[in-house]
Amino acid sequence: MDNADNLRGDLICAIAAAESTNALEAVRVSALGKKGTITKLMKTLGSMDPDERKLEGQEINALKAEVCIAIDERKVALEGAELDARLMAEQVDISLPVRPRSKGCVHPISQVIEEMTVIFCEMGFTVAEGPDIEEDWYNFTALNIPPEHPARQEHDTFYLPGKKNGDRKVLRTHTSPVQIHTMQEKEPPIRIIVPGRTYRCDYDATHSPMFHQVEGLVIDENTHMGHLKGCLIEFCRAMFQVDDLPVRFRPSYFPFTEPSAEVDIGCTRADGEFRIGHGDDWLEILGCGMVNPKVLENCGIDSTKYQGFAFGMGVERIAMLKYGIPDLRTFFESDLRWLKHYGFSALDVPGMVGGVNR
Amino acid sequence: MKITLSWLKEHLETEASLNEITDKLTMLGLEVENVLERSKGLESFVVGHVLEADKHLDADKLQVCLVDNGVEKVEVVCGAPNARKGMKCVYAASGSYVPGMGIALKKAKIRGVLSNGMLLSEREMGLSDEHEGIVELSDDAVVGASAVDFMGLSDPVIEIAITPNRGDCLGVRGIARDLAAFGLGILKPLDTTPLEGTFNSPLKIHMDLDDEHVDACLQFVGRYIRGVKNVESPKWLKNRLLAVGLRPISALVDITNLMTIEHCRPLHVFDADKLHGAIHVRMAKQGEKIIGIDGREYDLDPEITVIADEKFVGSIAGVMGGIVSGCTEETVNVFVEAALFNPIRTSATGRKLNLQSDARFRFERGVDSQFLEPGMHIATGLILDVCGGEASEIISAGVAPDRSLSISFRPSRVKELAGVHVKEDEMKRILEVLGFGVFDIGKEWGVSVPTWRNDIVGEACLVEEIIRVFGYNKIPTTPMQRSEVIPHAAWNSDQRRRADVRRSLAASGLVEAVTVSFMADDQARLFGGPADVLKLVNPISADLDTMRPSILPNLITAAGRNAARGLADCSLFEIGPQFASDDVDGQEMVAAGIRSGRSGRRNWAESHRNVDVFDAKADALAALGAAGVPTDSLQTFSEAPDWYHPGRSGTLNLGKKTTLATFGEIHPGVLAKMDVKGPVAGFEVYLENLPKQKRHKGTTRSLVQLSQFHSVNRDLAFVVDEGVSAGDLMRAAKSADKALINDVSVFDLFQGGNLGEGRKSIALNITLQPTEKTLTDAEINTVCNKIVAVVEKTAGGVLRS
Repeated sequence: MDNADNLRGDLICAIAAAESTNALEAVRVSALGKKGTITKLMKTLGSMDPDERKLEGQEINALKAEVCIAIDERKVALEGAELDARLMAEQVDISLPVRPRSKGCVHPISQVIEEMTVIFCEMGFTVAEGPDIEEDWYNFTALNIPPEHPARQEHDTFYLPGKKNGDRKVLRTHTSPVQIHTMQEKEPPIRIIVPGRTYRCDYDATHSPMFHQVEGLVIDENTHMGHLKGCLIEFCRAMFQVDDLPVRFRPSYFPFTEPSAEVDIGCTRADGEFRIGHGDDWLEILGCGMVNPKVLENCGIDSTKYQGFAFGMGVERIAMLKYGIPDLRTFFESDLRWLKHYGFSALDVPGMVGGVNR
Repeated sequence: MKITLSWLKEHLETEASLNEITDKLTMLGLEVENVLERSKGLESFVVGHVLEADKHLDADKLQVCLVDNGVEKVEVVCGAPNARKGMKCVYAASGSYVPGMGIALKKAKIRGVLSNGMLLSEREMGLSDEHEGIVELSDDAVVGASAVDFMGLSDPVIEIAITPNRGDCLGVRGIARDLAAFGLGILKPLDTTPLEGTFNSPLKIHMDLDDEHVDACLQFVGRYIRGVKNVESPKWLKNRLLAVGLRPISALVDITNLMTIEHCRPLHVFDADKLHGAIHVRMAKQGEKIIGIDGREYDLDPEITVIADEKFVGSIAGVMGGIVSGCTEETVNVFVEAALFNPIRTSATGRKLNLQSDARFRFERGVDSQFLEPGMHIATGLILDVCGGEASEIISAGVAPDRSLSISFRPSRVKELAGVHVKEDEMKRILEVLGFGVFDIGKEWGVSVPTWRNDIVGEACLVEEIIRVFGYNKIPTTPMQRSEVIPHAAWNSDQRRRADVRRSLAASGLVEAVTVSFMADDQARLFGGPADVLKLVNPISADLDTMRPSILPNLITAAGRNAARGLADCSLFEIGPQFASDDVDGQEMVAAGIRSGRSGRRNWAESHRNVDVFDAKADALAALGAAGVPTDSLQTFSEAPDWYHPGRSGTLNLGKKTTLATFGEIHPGVLAKMDVKGPVAGFEVYLENLPKQKRHKGTTRSLVQLSQFHSVNRDLAFVVDEGVSAGDLMRAAKSADKALINDVSVFDLFQGGNLGEGRKSIALNITLQPTEKTLTDAEINTVCNKIVAVVEKTAGGVLRS
């Protein structure tokens, strides 16, 4: 048995001395391979008598098992060390910037229109739309603005030549013509908002030849000015995220509503900083009123049975106030720096679950 | 509309403060835009009297003035050329703050002479830019009294935005009446006692209007006044006009202006000695001209109403008088006109001649049809007071229309329409103070409309009047009634789709822009436009004169602008309308986008390349995918519009006819004409061409089939003619076994080498997905052979060895 003991000692030493997985493999082959030392020992068993074989066999198997375990353990240790070494060699400068991914964003006008839509949707409004190029009748006459009406001159209308022998067309000066289309096509009750592009022939610091409006129209049998106030106060507070935002209705004039009102929200300019909310000042943000019976009649709706309200507001103005964007004209200049600064993430979807705003 | 507080108080008996008045005006619908308290900060300045003015010994342009300031006599050094002995001026004492200079005065030696205070110019007072000399006050100024009081500046000016319906509030009295209705005071009675004439007017009035134009002037009232002196207006009158922004001219002109502002009653005064015979109200003749009091010549035509004598046109009715028959300092005999001109015609004339005036502004909004004679009496009184003279009897032609409009009014409508209960007594009070007559009180009232309220036409108008005065703030806020507990979607499927496309494009790295719907005509021509009917009649500028036929040019121009700022790599998109005609159908909703310059920023990890057609194609496909289009079933055709690179562009179609999108590199020639540096790749998705999404009857989806068998990948490279498209090759390969072949992609392209001229190699990776059992090698080979056979047959492809 000295043989086995010697062998054990030699192999354990060799295993411990193996410096790499390759060297270890060589030791394994030298012991357990076809011509390995332990394999050879196993082969000697055949020539032994049964008692001796039993005794020797047990010892050799124990030797084999011991060597196998030693090899496995050594292997794990060596592999770990080699992996460590490789990983050390693979080290990179993790301060390097990542592969660039271009970031897109949504324009504030789109975002604000969606915010408004979410709020009005909660109050049962659906979205209606209409053409940018309108007939004079829809843009003016049907809305109780006859051709010589002074209000028409305040609209700074863009004209298109129109067909020969026909009336010239206009670029709609407000989204209100969609009220007319809707009332012509649909029986009351009606509850719509109309976001869209509008055009006026005016360009200076506070006017752009194109801007956006959101129009609203409610027609049924008993909606009155109290509801108009309720609807718009809730809207203003939800939109500007000020729960107790002061909202003021004061008389005004629009040919298509009667009574008409302009709506102001509270604000302050204290300490040179403009803020929406409680304060000493008011800021006009939208116009509204009860739909003029003449407009209902122009659309074939019985004004003795139906009534309701309409409102309209400038999207850019509200975006400017809400997000502190200083200049109207910059909305349309497509300056990447501006767009990325004032734009919204694609995932910033306004909703009632996640909120109108983040 | 500007008024002053004291002027208002001449018609309104009130104790209310300026603040109360302006607040109430706004809440009545007479929106106060500005309150100008001109005397603020100037109260300490007094009337000074220059007793001596001697040359400064050490300075050519300075004088040393001895000024009496009412308390003492002080020496003031003054550089104004008009400073002189005996004049009355505005004196600021040492220590007072001079707003126009932004400093407080100190006693200082000026070239050796101690100056006590300062004599002020208008600019130094902060009143105007006038700085030619110091303010000169008239001799009647009391030395030591408040200078701003004497100058009439202590009267605050209130500027009000009058809505187009409230013509009656284009006069001080109309505004006072509204405030009285609000309960802020009492409207003082107006003295319109007829001022009898002493002789018959030597001039007669003739209404020479045919049937078609008879509405041009319904009534004309006139009066001859002889022996007047057209002096300078008294101070109170000048101050009043100056306060509201009108330049005093002469008493006669100033009085007409006063009547316009105070009573909304425009008048005209002719120099009677310059008239040739009787007065005629008629339409102008073609070719007639008039030089207005503004000195400009106007060409008249038969749709313009004029007032003429036997020979010449004297004035453009309701708009402006002529200079020839106008009053001057020498005028002695005058003929005063008060007429009722047609609002629509006056407005048309004004627009045609591009001529705005205070008179036109009032006539086109409608004036009080019953205030011609009363107005004439008030004006006559003023003229006789200021200019002396003797007035004739009033003569008149035409008749004021009988506008005794009466509206039947159900008080119940106030609650129904406005949602607030107003006591009937209060309704009646409001209406009556506003000048309405209320009779037949019952369930339905009869309400007569005052002749100055041309805007009141129906019951809703009366509700508005009552509620406006009662107070919008008293209307209880009422929540909207819900017609459904949980609201339906606000968007229809097209609107939803647009929002999805927007957010998907933004998520894939494109920045949303909103550009205007118009563009320059020459650029529109590069993009399939423009139709003549889409050229604006009145563009804001030449580079915005056409409705855009495509969104791309606006985005490309924007890329150019960004490049000029150093941002060469630009990824933009826009979702909006483009226009092919002025019909409803000619407007189309499009999602368009561009990428310019290099793809991504230069970086250490990846090689860098120019944007190309495949960026655009990927964006188009992403947009279509987000819109719910099954992009696998799309076909590509290489027939994109002219503004794309002819060899690097295409369309994505559903079938031959329906183009859903175009994409490609923008034609370098187009870019050059737009002066934008390329490369630029763009796409246009025609959202209205997409297959309609049906709102599903149910929400159930088809059952998923998940194969439990391994999929197998095989690579097959084919050599084909150069003209064979990869798309055709892929389609051919796929068609070999539609059940088994799950996916085909191109993983390599090769041209040249030993392939030979006009040949290329396309390497496909094919995914086989068995559903019933694992594929054996033999079965895989069978499919591959089938693919090779089909490709060979349909695309002439040979398996590359």
